[in-house]
Amino acid sequence: MNPMIRVRGLSKSYGSHTVLHQVDVDIMPQEVVVVIGPSGSGKSTFLRCLNLLEKPEHGEIWVENVQLLDKRTDIPKIRAEMGMVFQQFNLFPHMKVVDNITLAPIRVLGKSPEQARGKALELLGKVGLEAKANAYPTSLSGGQAQRVAIARALAMEPKIMLFDEPTSALDPEMVGEVLAVMKTLAQEGMTMVVVTHEMGFAREVGDRILFMDEGRIVEQGKPDELFGAPQHERTRSFLSKVLSH
Amino acid sequence: MDFRFDIIIEYLPLFLKGTLMTIGISLAAIVIGSILGLVIGLGRMSHRTYFSWPTAAYINFFRGTPLLVQVYLVHFAVIPVFLGRTDVITAAIAALSLNSAAYTAEIYRAGIQSVDKGQREASYSLGMTHFQAMRHVVLPQAIKRMIPAFGNEFIVLIKDSSLVSVIAAPELMYWGKVMVTQYARFWEPYVTAAVIYFILTYSLNKLLAYIERKM
Repeated sequence: MNPMIRVRGLSKSYGSHTVLHQVDVDIMPQEVVVVIGPSGSGKSTFLRCLNLLEKPEHGEIWVENVQLLDKRTDIPKIRAEMGMVFQQFNLFPHMKVVDNITLAPIRVLGKSPEQARGKALELLGKVGLEAKANAYPTSLSGGQAQRVAIARALAMEPKIMLFDEPTSALDPEMVGEVLAVMKTLAQEGMTMVVVTHEMGFAREVGDRILFMDEGRIVEQGKPDELFGAPQHERTRSFLSKVLSH
Repeated sequence: MDFRFDIIIEYLPLFLKGTLMTIGISLAAIVIGSILGLVIGLGRMSHRTYFSWPTAAYINFFRGTPLLVQVYLVHFAVIPVFLGRTDVITAAIAALSLNSAAYTAEIYRAGIQSVDKGQREASYSLGMTHFQAMRHVVLPQAIKRMIPAFGNEFIVLIKDSSLVSVIAAPELMYWGKVMVTQYARFWEPYVTAAVIYFILTYSLNKLLAYIERKM
């Protein structure tokens, strides 16, 4: 089976500060890969390189058979096939919830407004927010906003979903509702790359855990292996800090 | 001090003509300046130096030199190059438009940059092009924030349009000066001109406040 995403030698630096060192990863279809690591370890930058929100300096990123860093690649077209969910939700505040969801399907995929609306309402049902279709994003709680953001990404019928710390900006009591939606997606076979500090989610839902530190993938493995018997000292020290509370 | 209303009444048709000319020149300069300003503002924000450098130079030149100098330059130097002769109304509109574009460019830039970059990133992540993200996500949010600054710029422009009287563009201030020359009186012409300018800017101010409330 060919990987959905193949990353080779990915490197990036801001001035003299190197944030990614020669990262190699394959992400297989239907796989849920969870990226963990301390703040500043490069995990968000890594994720944002996958749809070129950050431009890497060296390396190759293949999405299916398309090389992203080739100048001839149609980047918007690739991004349309990759959903992304942000820490700060980034809903469009000047549009109703339903219009947030239908904007890209109409403008990018060329769907009819009726068709896009039908799909949007179906997805809102899926995340438990059909009643909020005509609300504006500012009236939503953080957990609701993030579920709308997930529905918005899913409306593009992506082949892969990228999650950049999707619960880090939420009040603790709202984390569960967002993780529940993500878990459902994983069970339905969505290919997912998730950057998170939620170790419980990583352990339960992840097929594979990547531990990153100082811009490198220090260690990776199945959740039981990585959490149960970490091989590297840095992994052990990180896990002992995050799991102790 | 006597105040001669009779000469104001006598000049009223000319003041009215001048007022219409002031409104016409200002409106034309607002429209042209806003469109040109958008182009220059977008160029200024570009990461490509062959867009950002000339547009930055343009903004610096027009904000850093007196409008009066620009009016003379455009009227006596620039317009003859293009038309082969001088033309006061063309020169007046051109000078005010070019000047206003430098200020509106900065208004666009500030407005667009005030929209959180997460909005653009979310748009890109959904497959939108740069143009689509601007058109559907960034500009609708930015324009609302730009309205007060634009209102301010338009009011400044109406007042500054009085400067084109130096090249004898037949607007409000010009007829005031004609009246001064004829009667050698200062209170009546300048007070009348001031009152009319005030009515124009005050009405515009109210109109913009209304639009801002509606949005």
